[in-house]
Amino acid sequence: MSWLASNTFHHGQFDLAELERRKRQAGVSISLCIPTLNEERTIGKAIVVLKSELMDRHRLLDEIAVIDSGSDDATREVARAFGADVYPAAEILPECGHHRGKGENLWKAIYQLSGDIIVYVDADIRNIHPRFVYGLVGPLLNMPEVSYVKAFYDRPLAESGRLRPSGGGRVTEILIRPLFSLFFPELSALIQPLSGEYAVRREVLEQIPFPVGYGVETSHLIDVYHRWGMGAFAQTDLDRRIHTNQATDALGRMAFGILQTFLQRIDSLEIIGDLPALNTTLYQFMVDQGRHEETAHDIRIVERPPMIEIPAYRTKMELASESR
Amino acid sequence: MWSSGRVPGTLADSVNQPNVTGFESIVQRVGELPEALRGLQDVLLANLAMIAEIPAPTFAEAARAAFVQERFAELGYSECSMDEVGNVAGVLPGSENGTADRNILLVAHTDTPVAATVDHTVMVQPERVIGPSVAENSLGLAVVASLPAVLERLGLTLRSTVLGLACSRGLGRGNLEGVRFFLDHAKLPLQFGLCVEGVQLGRLSYTSIGMIRGEITCEVPEEYDWSRFGAGGAISTLNDIITRMLEIPTPDRPRTAIVLGRIDGGTSASTIATRAALQFEVRSESGATVRQLLQNIHEIIEEVSSQTGADIGLHIFARRRPGGIAFTHPLVRRTRRVMQSLALTPRLSPSTSELSAFIDQGVPAVTVGLTSGEALGQRNEAVRIAPIYTGLAQLLGIVLAMDGGYCE
Repeated sequence: MSWLASNTFHHGQFDLAELERRKRQAGVSISLCIPTLNEERTIGKAIVVLKSELMDRHRLLDEIAVIDSGSDDATREVARAFGADVYPAAEILPECGHHRGKGENLWKAIYQLSGDIIVYVDADIRNIHPRFVYGLVGPLLNMPEVSYVKAFYDRPLAESGRLRPSGGGRVTEILIRPLFSLFFPELSALIQPLSGEYAVRREVLEQIPFPVGYGVETSHLIDVYHRWGMGAFAQTDLDRRIHTNQATDALGRMAFGILQTFLQRIDSLEIIGDLPALNTTLYQFMVDQGRHEETAHDIRIVERPPMIEIPAYRTKMELASESR
Repeated sequence: MWSSGRVPGTLADSVNQPNVTGFESIVQRVGELPEALRGLQDVLLANLAMIAEIPAPTFAEAARAAFVQERFAELGYSECSMDEVGNVAGVLPGSENGTADRNILLVAHTDTPVAATVDHTVMVQPERVIGPSVAENSLGLAVVASLPAVLERLGLTLRSTVLGLACSRGLGRGNLEGVRFFLDHAKLPLQFGLCVEGVQLGRLSYTSIGMIRGEITCEVPEEYDWSRFGAGGAISTLNDIITRMLEIPTPDRPRTAIVLGRIDGGTSASTIATRAALQFEVRSESGATVRQLLQNIHEIIEEVSSQTGADIGLHIFARRRPGGIAFTHPLVRRTRRVMQSLALTPRLSPSTSELSAFIDQGVPAVTVGLTSGEALGQRNEAVRIAPIYTGLAQLLGIVLAMDGGYCE
């Protein structure tokens, strides 16, 4: 059976009570990490819905934590009001400094959270539902060989009942899938490689580096694939995800950052010959009263090392001085 | 404060032990409930948010009903089912193993007045929940769905069987079809009904007013003859009808009103309208008055139609008969006492909602609200969170009074 057939799931295949039983049986703990930056409009609902269903009614989650990048709005206050643990990212591992970016929050969550499994769910999902968590945890509890579960979503605008294309967003289809098809064809089986929701075992998370900004998802996939192979992955259809679409120029900056990460990876894996020093400036254009103006965006990829190399983490987790 | 689980020495004991039962003991203990119910915030708000985000305009409630059926089963109702008109019902068997002599029906309507095309995203803030239909009536539905979890948390067992009903096709042209269907076909005899509305906390309805709700449509031919009377087209003709309707005398006693609710028509400023429509409601404490006013409207339409040659139609799509139980009925009396114990001043008003269906069946029933709300009927409709616990305590107090036999 192909990986696509054996490791692709639908959230409807998982029963919460059964997952709760399997979790108890496996003796694992599960943490939910919600990285935030100015999400006061959506964070309250996310916490209420997920806490009610997955901590109170079912004991699937052991902690719900918000790792905040320094919101200017009431994100942290709202999250606390509804019972989440809230941690400003800058206050976690202060000796390692602070970078602003989603990847930074995800990386610091490995240190701050206690779960054997960490589920990452973005706060900007407007139709949040418990399936966004249990659909990702399901394969990990059912398949010991799986370590990293990605979400994918249906994205219909209209349906005719006929066969229709399925896949990711614009950056995925125009950039990532062609690149994966060229260099890592097996990874093309991931339907939405850039989706922001995934559940991962700690022993994998602590051993992979984290770009702090654009590219964290891409680098994860390449690193996990390179080290543990395709069998470590699974993917789950979570049905619809409603969120605010990004403008094309924002996607351009995202693509530029992802491409840098990708090229660094294939360079370090010696898949291609030595790359020249890469430019880190992206030029885009605006039109003002018929006149084109160039805007330059400096996008540099800062990468956090595997958490297991951080002394404070090794102390906290009571790890021996050498890598385990 | 009761944080979780069953708490001994509280309401559960006083109502479950025969030697300390008594309506006044219920009333005294109901005052403690709002604080205890705060522990249920997550389940209440989660249900509210998830229900409110599923569009459910009248006649298109299927997706919301399917979700509610799932929630009923998950939260502890048994025998959860959906009937052929889309009602979802669940049963909480009484403690007497099916031999309970009272059956209580809790009702909230599934449908909303919000079109499916409207963004149904809900925002949960520390003080309030905001989103289309959160008040009308997602909150009522969330509370009915959450009832088994509420009773479990408080350690309350009822002797009576409680039926939770999420009824379909309640609003507008739905004409209470769902609840009427359920009451017509209910297998269990019902002793009491309790209609749960999101807003406003403090409302108490125990009577229904007589009402008809209808639409007048006016059409003129595409090629309208300018030389004819009423050359202004459909809007002008409809205006003529409206002017005459406003001249119909309405008595102060019985209280009576003609409400002109909605008007549609025409396509652009420069085009003579070929179609116009008016939705209206006639309401009165007297059924005879409603019938008389409807007769007047029929005559106006006939007269204007004969004068203009326009094609004028009248379609009555909803009706209510006046009726209800007396202010002194034990159910109303006990409900007022429960509300007063929670420092609520009952605001008495007749209803045209599900209560009317109970009245038609002769089942004593009341309608109450759960919290205060703002921007009702708008996209930023909001309900306040803190008063919900008082509203829910009120509801439990009424159910306990029904269960204890104090409302007969």
